[in-house]
Amino acid sequence: MSRIQINRCKKGLLLKFLLSLVIIACLVQSAVALDTEKTGQSDQGLLAIVNARIVPVVGQEIPSGTILVENGKIKALGPDLKIPSGTRIVEARGLTAYPGMIDSYSSLGLVEISGVPATVDNRETGRINPQVKAIEALKYDSMHIPIARSNGIVAAVVAPSGGLIAGQSTLVKLDGWTNREMVIKESLALVVELPGLRGGRRGFMGLGAQQAAVSTEQALTELKELFDKARMYEVRREQAAKNLLLPRPDFDETSHCLLPVVKGELPVIFSVQADKDILQTIRFVQEQKIKAILYGVHQGYKVAEEIKQAGIPCLIGSLYEQPPVWEDGYDSLFLNPVLLHRAGVKIAFSSSSSSAAKDLPYHAAKAAAFGLDRLEALKAVTIYPAQIFGVDKLMGSLEAGKLANIVLAEGDLLELGTRIEKVFIEGREVDLNNRYTELLEKFRKREREK
Amino acid sequence: MKKPTRTSIFILVLISLLAGPANRLLAAGNLLIKNATILPVTGPPINGGDVLVIDGIIKQVGRNLTAPPGTRIIEASGKYLIPGIIDTHTHLALSGTNEGTEAITPEVNMAEVINPDDPAILTALSGGVTMVHTMHGSANVIGGVNVVLKMKWGQPSEKLVVREAYPTLKFALGENVKQSNRMLLPGRPQRYPATRMGANAIIRRELLRARDYMAEWERYEKLRSSKNPPPNLLPPKKDLRLETLSDLLRGKLYARCHAYVATEMVEFLNLAREFGFKIGAFEHAWEAYKITDELLAAGVGISVFIDSWAYKMEAAEGIAYNAAYCTKRGILVSINSDSSERVRRLFNEAGKAVKYGLTPDEALKLITINAARQLGVDRLVGSIEVGKQADLALFNEHPMSAYTRCDLTIIEGEVYFDREKLLLEREAAAARKGGN
Repeated sequence: MSRIQINRCKKGLLLKFLLSLVIIACLVQSAVALDTEKTGQSDQGLLAIVNARIVPVVGQEIPSGTILVENGKIKALGPDLKIPSGTRIVEARGLTAYPGMIDSYSSLGLVEISGVPATVDNRETGRINPQVKAIEALKYDSMHIPIARSNGIVAAVVAPSGGLIAGQSTLVKLDGWTNREMVIKESLALVVELPGLRGGRRGFMGLGAQQAAVSTEQALTELKELFDKARMYEVRREQAAKNLLLPRPDFDETSHCLLPVVKGELPVIFSVQADKDILQTIRFVQEQKIKAILYGVHQGYKVAEEIKQAGIPCLIGSLYEQPPVWEDGYDSLFLNPVLLHRAGVKIAFSSSSSSAAKDLPYHAAKAAAFGLDRLEALKAVTIYPAQIFGVDKLMGSLEAGKLANIVLAEGDLLELGTRIEKVFIEGREVDLNNRYTELLEKFRKREREK
Repeated sequence: MKKPTRTSIFILVLISLLAGPANRLLAAGNLLIKNATILPVTGPPINGGDVLVIDGIIKQVGRNLTAPPGTRIIEASGKYLIPGIIDTHTHLALSGTNEGTEAITPEVNMAEVINPDDPAILTALSGGVTMVHTMHGSANVIGGVNVVLKMKWGQPSEKLVVREAYPTLKFALGENVKQSNRMLLPGRPQRYPATRMGANAIIRRELLRARDYMAEWERYEKLRSSKNPPPNLLPPKKDLRLETLSDLLRGKLYARCHAYVATEMVEFLNLAREFGFKIGAFEHAWEAYKITDELLAAGVGISVFIDSWAYKMEAAEGIAYNAAYCTKRGILVSINSDSSERVRRLFNEAGKAVKYGLTPDEALKLITINAARQLGVDRLVGSIEVGKQADLALFNEHPMSAYTRCDLTIIEGEVYFDREKLLLEREAAAARKGGN
């Protein structure tokens, strides 16, 4: 119709003008197409979440605003943002936008069904295993990952367990078609498990009960010997490299794998519970000049000042445990993170699980019920773990320049009844279907068939 | 009117003297809780409500109530008062759980091994739990007789037992009884049953035996009460196992059956029909959502976890929607802890059901009135109603919120857990320690 009109007009100038408009439009379109290809997994390159209540965790809450995402990163956020044309709009009225949560200690992807050994990959045999890497066994299509994701968790530390040196943990995002696509930090930290308050954790039906009955002092002495040996190994190898007449030491796997630790490149996560053991661990860390993070820390509150002085952050173990020592009080595990935080220790919560990884927010809320400020509880599952793991430039809050790891929740992120509407990981909207929803749908069909 | 005689005055004085201490004892069960948000469970919430407790019984629920002089008053403004939480499946306060040496042990009774000094009672109280169904374990197909207890810390065993509750007998199916997660030690024979087929068959075998046993006794009674009983009539041999099973067949005991997968539940329902025994509830029942029609037809409820799953193969299809979906379908559902730790956060477990489709009010029922109905004590407890026992719990936030904390737990009008008092005691102890 319009072309007929144009033909009828027969005004060359107008025709030329219209043609050039079409050409420009085509060019713009191809440019957009190119851009989409270039960003690969990023959702269309441009995305705007509008009319959301925004809790950026760092900085002021925005009662109603827009988050603009470009190429998987947050470009801007604020109450009045101009949205470029061609942007995918996500209406978020009535929803609250939060940064995605980070589970600071889990067995996601390593433990599928804890009682079925064929599905368990987190516990190597033997006591000294610095060579094993969680990333290399991580089941990226674990049934527990989409469930954790649908509760607003976008990244997790996956840690091996057992023995004295359990292996190397990894930091992954909860999205990817292979384990390697999930990597944020391939090797995050070496995991050392010191004897617990009850002689080591036991695992399902006593499967982990072979934990050697040694004292923390013995364990740290053993560790010191291994670290010294690794240092000596390095010196001898360096000397042999310089002087061809010197014998080159035989390859030693343990020393080889401990080198990044003794050089201070790879941190150590110490699983440690009792106050006295924590103090010994702090001394060890200072003597060895290594980077350290504490995990579990059941009695940390008793030595909070010392932990603060040492500047060592704490990953709080699961709060779903009995008080380690009855005399500590029924609520000691709930108060522990509150008192550690009050003393100025940097804390992060963890699920310490795979099948219950989705409960991460509830551990934080439990501490809030016992006195932790609610915003601080939220920080301890977002920005604090990001800082502890050195990825706070990438994630942990909603700020311009960070990855677009965004959760749209119907209410308070840490609340039990809150349904999560959408989750974006690096700007991509991820599938919230999971084992729970799929099985429910399957058997609802039976009800509908009647 | 007759003048009171000296004797009658003397008797009156004596009665009042004797009744004096008794009165004081009873007065311990008197309370007035004021200005709470009351969630009665069976009725709408009451904002700024009061509950008057006399002799351990709820006497009045309303606003601006007054109490007889000397009654302890608990100011509860800004807090939530709910009925005491009931846990339908635990193994706490027992000095033994599993008589797992044989597959069939209905002669054992958990009421005989109550341990009133188990600190798990305090753990339960700290989470607002006032009553538990404490059970035989799941090591064998027919376990023992279970018992319902109130968490009256400091009282002797017999004071804990709730005699009005249904008497129940523990059954177990699946992986635990077929011992599929156990390492076979050389030289140790595998116990029968080792399959779900065997588990079902062994129940049928025992119930057929019990039927014969009952018939034998009937014959004996008939002969004994006949006009001319045979001179050398001997009673049949007493068999304590079959006595318990006979009670089950007579309807005096309810089966509480540990089961996970759909098939074993369907087959247990068939056994119940075949032998005419009553099922109190399925325990764990992870695949109940698959067989809601069958459960509804049989009128059998479930006592489940909210989301503790994937710890063994038969729990790998346990979806967190189970409790909410089955509730919506009309099945009587309760949430249990099965743990001396989880028992103290059972309210959090119930709260999760809100995410999966229930309202907070419906979710709260899972650990109060529904649990009471499953244990046969809903006339006594499970809601805040006049005439019911004053088993109550006070929370600082809505009990279905993740941010809530239990501050006070009351059984029959007596305070068994008081967080504020505990903190004061702790402070005093710290001060003493500091002073030394």
